[in-house]
Amino acid sequence: MELDPRGQRFAATVTSVVLVVVLATGWGWLALAQAVVFAITAGDPRRGPYASIYRALLLPRLGPPVEREPAPPVRFAQLVGFSFMAVASVGYLSGVTTLGVVFTAFGLLAAFLNAAFGLCLGCEAYLAIRRMTARNV
Amino acid sequence: MDPVGIGAVVAVLVIGLAVGLWRRRVDGHLRPVSAQAPGSAAPRPDPSLTAPASGAVAADSAATVPAVVSEPAAFVADQREEPGVIEDSGTDPSAAGQRLDAALLEELGVGEAKATLLQFSSAFCAPCRAVRRVSSEVAAMVPGVQHVEVDAESHLDAVRALGIWRTPTLLVLDAEGRVSRRATGVPAKPQLIAALGEVL
Repeated sequence: MELDPRGQRFAATVTSVVLVVVLATGWGWLALAQAVVFAITAGDPRRGPYASIYRALLLPRLGPPVEREPAPPVRFAQLVGFSFMAVASVGYLSGVTTLGVVFTAFGLLAAFLNAAFGLCLGCEAYLAIRRMTARNV
Repeated sequence: MDPVGIGAVVAVLVIGLAVGLWRRRVDGHLRPVSAQAPGSAAPRPDPSLTAPASGAVAADSAATVPAVVSEPAAFVADQREEPGVIEDSGTDPSAAGQRLDAALLEELGVGEAKATLLQFSSAFCAPCRAVRRVSSEVAAMVPGVQHVEVDAESHLDAVRALGIWRTPTLLVLDAEGRVSRRATGVPAKPQLIAALGEVL
């Protein structure tokens, strides 16, 4: 499975905006909605809600992509995003706002770096996490 | 409106901008080859920081698995890395003029060659593909150069011994198995060819 990298950048941009709204308003249900979006996109990036918006509105104007990128890093990043927003929405909805703010802030950092610079924070951290946690292979 | 949340937004955007701009500046940045002359690119590390590491490597050269480099020293060395920039690897505990252990090279599938581009990749790594493309093109173009790509995750011992924290990391090895340069991120082709010119 290969993906249009511009679609991923678009999705990261929408995600960043959503997370800014979550932080500014403290709206727990929106945090939960973003967690669901992450979960769907992790399952199949092409079926992600933001990817659908991209295909419907932007792709026809932009034309087919020159280059495509592999899907596993994207899916992994979405999975990391899902874990963060799952914790954040539990925090917001159960009244532990600090938990919500902290985890949404980390999610926003990752989404913003992806949107603005094409940097995948979860992917970068993956090997570091593996070498610290795994005893051996 | 949540004032704490708005504060968090501002903080995250400032941090994100700083991190992103730093990465953009160093990633794939083409430093002039003259500045890459051995010993001139990076200042020598504080001996108190690296002495235990190089001692460990030296003492270990007779053993089969050179994975006893102390983690803190390896981490200190790695912080000096700039993505996409082929650096002198004098600060790398595995490579202070040391030959990599033959057993380690064999485990990684590095055969005999005048020079080797040893690439560490992982499954969740978008730029690994670009490094693979650049490296294999250079290996096809320059005689005597082989490109070996290994999955970092299935060689965590080697990853720890070599002080690798991120993928893609590319090591330039000479014929004796010494690391002469390393890069994280995607190095530019001319820079890579120049680095190979030093070891061939």
